[in-house]
Parts: sequence; structure tokens; C-alpha cells
Amino acid sequence: MSKLRIEDLKRIKESMAGTVNLRAGDQRVKITVHMGTCGIAAGARTIMNTLLKKLEESGANDVMLTSSGCAGLCNHEPMITIEDRDSAPVKYVNLNPEKAARIFDEHVMNGTPVSDYALSMGSETTH
Amino acid sequence: MEKKYRVHLLICAGTSCVSNGSLDLRDALVREIEKQGLEDEVYIATTGCNGFCAAGPLMIAYPDEIFYQKLTARDVPYFVEEYLLKGRVVKKHLFKSPDAAESIPKIKDIGFFSSQILVALRNRGLIDPDKIDEYIAREGYMGTAKALLEMTPEQIVEELKASGLRGRGGAGFPTGLKWQFCAGAEGSPKYILCNADEGDPGAFMDRSILESDPHAVLEGMINAAKAIGAHNGYIYVRAEYPLAINRLHTAIDQAKDYGLLGEDILGSGFAMDIDLYYGAGAFVCGEETALMRSIEGKRGMPRPRPPFPAHKGLWDRPSVLNNVETLANVAQIICRGAKWFSSLGTEKSTGTKVFALSGCVKNIGLIEVPMGTPLRSIVYDIGGGIPKKKKLKAVQVGGPSGGCIPESLVDTPVDYESIPKVGAILGSGGMVVMDETSCMVDVAKFFLKFTAEESCGKCTPCREGTQQLLKILERITQGLGKPEDLDRLETLSTVIKSASLCGLGQTVPNPVLSTLRYFRDEYIAHIYEKRCPAKRCRALLKFEVDPDKCMKCGVCFKNCPAKAITWKKKEVAFIDKSKCTKCMTCITNCRFDAIF
Repeated sequence: MSKLRIEDLKRIKESMAGTVNLRAGDQRVKITVHMGTCGIAAGARTIMNTLLKKLEESGANDVMLTSSGCAGLCNHEPMITIEDRDSAPVKYVNLNPEKAARIFDEHVMNGTPVSDYALSMGSETTH
Repeated sequence: MEKKYRVHLLICAGTSCVSNGSLDLRDALVREIEKQGLEDEVYIATTGCNGFCAAGPLMIAYPDEIFYQKLTARDVPYFVEEYLLKGRVVKKHLFKSPDAAESIPKIKDIGFFSSQILVALRNRGLIDPDKIDEYIAREGYMGTAKALLEMTPEQIVEELKASGLRGRGGAGFPTGLKWQFCAGAEGSPKYILCNADEGDPGAFMDRSILESDPHAVLEGMINAAKAIGAHNGYIYVRAEYPLAINRLHTAIDQAKDYGLLGEDILGSGFAMDIDLYYGAGAFVCGEETALMRSIEGKRGMPRPRPPFPAHKGLWDRPSVLNNVETLANVAQIICRGAKWFSSLGTEKSTGTKVFALSGCVKNIGLIEVPMGTPLRSIVYDIGGGIPKKKKLKAVQVGGPSGGCIPESLVDTPVDYESIPKVGAILGSGGMVVMDETSCMVDVAKFFLKFTAEESCGKCTPCREGTQQLLKILERITQGLGKPEDLDRLETLSTVIKSASLCGLGQTVPNPVLSTLRYFRDEYIAHIYEKRCPAKRCRALLKFEVDPDKCMKCGVCFKNCPAKAITWKKKEVAFIDKSKCTKCMTCITNCRFDAIF
């Protein structure tokens, strides 16, 4: 390894930003893949892998990808929920890898919800 | 391209969690995750001590920030299926607050963590200490870059002085001033030394910093070296800290690899090397002049000061010795400025302090709080209060050189000014909480036993004085105390305090003096009534049952390992003294205080 200069320090810092941001909990968008038994059976794992690959390719450091349980609409799985910091969450249903990739490009990266695949805006009220 | 994962599992690999099996947990997780084909989605890292040692092995799952406790290799298959495959939080391993019915998943909602402010421990549980890139990602080596490329030695000293940082090893001497003395001293080469000879019983602040963030200490040493004009540094670390030593070696190798140690660091022209020196574990070697003798290969014994080490230190050359925690603060002061640092804490005691909280509190572990935090807040908000509905009696602050602060003074702010006023010292950060079952004479005896053994023997007041103090205390706990013992303890203590050569001897009487000051009635009960109010001193216990207090429950009978107790339903228990081994089991288990 050659000797570091201050620019190299900054380069390492930036290249590691994703790792650190993920732990610092400072994200713009949160993608939740619903991975209950129903979701997994319907192919949620491939959706998860697709999104993870897209996320890696995009190089975005402010997107959080996580999983959660069944959303209650088992016949519409695989499903994902996208929560943008500034707008209401959107639930997408009956997904496949191609649809997921389009949602990632248009909604996550560009902020335009894909109405073709969206089920609803908003979320249930929780107490 | 940086590899992305959806989940980071950060497993605590501090000494405490490792001995609880956290490395087995990691291996089991790696296997199970591969089995489930999740290796591209889940990243597993080991971190330094997270601080909440009582609940280990610990793991934090990001980005959800979920705190999992008491997780073992056996729990792994269920955990992976529930949390990683199905995305369900595994309730069984969440933290449960004693006061709340619901368990708390998020780390920042847990009182133990939310009441703390991390400066010296800022990277604990967040980075893998063996990966320099993760350290750099969190502003690592930015302070060094600033110090080496933009600042003069004088500016560094001034910044440190303005920050108000004081030595965290116990004495609380202003760090900037210490550096200034050495920078102005004649002679070369100069040395920067790191004191990692942490010796107070039950204290593990320095070990934890070295294990979780070794680069922060290296950075502090590089900055100090530039300030005083040194190019060589030694870390004096005790050999009993194998994990800390390992991580330090890794950190030094990585820093050398990156050119952050060695010649021409970051192109600044400044050269610096750091070596480790292992201490064999003598308590006195934490004293600065003894430590330097030990590095020189001589017997570790203190020498009179002046000359101070800033002028004649290691090999009679100008040297600065700073404690691990002090050094861990330095790079951040340089990076974020003196103002930021002095905005924390009180006017004369700036910044934060790390404490090893132990004893009778619900949450035992390592904590960092701003200076000036009331003792009450540490015991109750962070420590979670006293378990088993017992009452707080005292808090022992400062290890064997410290003193006991009674319950009535629990609102004392913890800083360099207030703590000495109530008869203790801040010390390196040991904090032992005691409930009503602690006998204060016994506590004083415990610490004296330690210091009497660790006295190096060079000066008479400490060598002979500690032995005599211990003898008197032993006599009192044996029921053989004499009325004149109280005066004798006080006179002896005063002499030892004023006549001893080094800090060890000068502080040795503190546990005796502070317990005499606040708990004199207990000494009197031992001496005049031959009674131990806390029921700790075996020689003063009769092992008899008080028929008025006995509720005839039979718990003592059921638990007695010597079968010395006879009891029948609706009858008062009876202890046969010929069989009794005085093991205390009956006294500990009796809920009605009926055995005396």
C-alpha cells in the first residue's frame, strides 16, 4: 500500500459512506420488502435480491432496504412499501423482478411513484 | 463499487461478550446465513465493547437499530429465520426495562444508552476496530491531517489548553499545560507515552477504548507528538489485556501500511513511530515515574518529583505520559475545535468521562456522561436503580484511591471539583454502587487489602502504614476492635497521606477516611457493640434465629447446604451451631432479617 495523502483519506471516507450511513440511520428513502411466509412463497426473496443489486449499482448511500412481516394482503404478494421522507408511504403489489427494478428507478431514485403497480397511498393507523 | 447489504449485524466482541460466547455466536451466524443463502444480503462485523456488559452477548442490527441481548449460538437458527428471512423482531432477545411491561427494541430508546453522550467511546459498537477504513469513514485521521498539515505545535497546545481537557487517569492535570511544559523542555529525543496500565479493581474503561477504537488512541499520540516535538511513542499496556494488545498491533500495522505512522505522514514531513510495551500488572506501574522505570527495564518504583517527567522522564529525556481516555479525546478536539469540547461538561471540568459502573445496579457496564452529571442520574437513569427493592447506601468512586459517597450526597455532580469536596476522587473512573447489605468497614478493608499488597515498598509510610491500617481494620471486623482504634486509624491515615512518595500512598487512606467520615456509626457498632449492622462480618454474627422476626417459612432450612437447620411447618427454625459452617446462605436468603 502506498502512502496516503489527505485526498486519499477523503476518498476512503467517501467510499465507506454507505456502510457508515446505514449504521447512522440517516436515510432519505426506506424500502420494506414484506417477507412473511406468504411473501417468501410468492417470491419476495428474488425481489429483495433485485433491489439489493439495483441499490448497489446506483451507488446511493441514502436508501435503506429492509424486510418486515406479512402486510395482510397475502394474495397480492410479493409486496413492497416505499417510504419517502417527504411524502406518504406507497404500497406496491403483485411484483416481479422487472416491476421492482422499474419502481426502484422511478420512485426511489426519481421520486415519482409508479401508479401502474401501486395499491394505495398511506398506511394503516397504528396505535 | 462498494458492496451493499441490507442488514449489518454488529456483534460485540469486547472481552466480556467474548467470554460469554460472542465469537461462537458470530461463527454460528455466518454458517446459518450461508445455509439460508443470505450472505450477499447480510453483513456481519465484530465491534469493540458496547458497554452494556451485563446483557451480553450483544448484537445491534442496522439499519433498524435493534438491540439484541443475551443471544447465543443456540438461538441462531430461529433468529435468522425470524429476523432475517421474515423480518420479524425477535422479542425474546430484546431489552426489558424493569419498570415497563413492554420490551424495547430500539437502542436509542433504552435508558442505559439514551442518557449517555459518547466522545471517547463514540465509535464503540459502530465500527469494526480491526478495519482502519471504517475508522476513517467516521472522520478518522482527520484530526491528524489537520494537526500535521495546518497547525503549528504551539497552535495544537493552545487548542488543547482552550478545550480544558484534563488528564483522565485520575489526577486531572490540564493536558495542554503538560504538553506545553514538555514542548518547552530542553533535551532530545522526547517521548510520548500512553498509560494503558489500568489497575483499579473493577475498572475497564481503558481496555474498552483500546478494544473498540485503537486508532483514536494512536491519533491522540501522533497529535501529542507533534505538539511536544517527539517522534517516538510507547504504549504501556498490561499483559492481562490480550485482546487490546492484539487490536493495537493490528491498528499500528494498518496505520504503518497507510503511511499514517512512519516517515513523512500524509506528506507533512513529520515522522512518528509507536511501539507497545507490556506491563506485568503491578498496580504501582500506573504511576508515571514507576511506569517509565518499568519501560527502561528496571524495577517499577516511583521516584520523587521534581524533576517532573516533562523535563526528565523516560531515559531522563523530556516525556509526556497521557492516559488512554485522555488521548482518545485529542483528535476530536483538534478536528471539531476546543469550543465544541468545552461546551460539554462544566466550566472547570470540560468534556465527558467514562465510568465502569458496577456493584448493586440493574444495568452494569461501561458508560460515558458529561462532567457534572449528578451521581443520582448515573445510578438511577443509566444504572436503572438498585435491584431487589434494596436501598442505596453509598457509591464508591475512584477505585482503591477513592472514597465512599453516602446516599445523602447522591446529588453531588460528578466532576473534578465536587467529588474531592465530599472525600472521594474521580480517579480513572471506577464506580461501585453499594446497597444496604454492604458493611462499610468491610469495604474499607477490601480496598486496603488490595493497596497493602500493591504497595511497592520503597517508602516507609506507605509500606508500613498500609499494613498497620489493614491490621486494625481486620481486628475490627473480627470483633476485637478497641476504642482507641478510631483515633489511630485517623492519625495513621493523615501521616500516610502527607508523607508518602507517590500518588498511590497519598491516596491509599481515602477509603478509610471517607467511611469514617460518613459511616462512623458502623465502626462504633463493630467496636463497642461487637455487631455488624449490615451482617457481613462473619465473626460478629451469632447465627441464631430471632423468634419474633421468624415467619416460619423454612427458606433457611431448605437452602442450608450443611443441613444445620431444623424446621417444621409453623415452627421457628433452629440453627445447630456444631454443624453450621457460617456460609451465610441462610442470612442471604432470609427475607425477614430474622437471623443475626
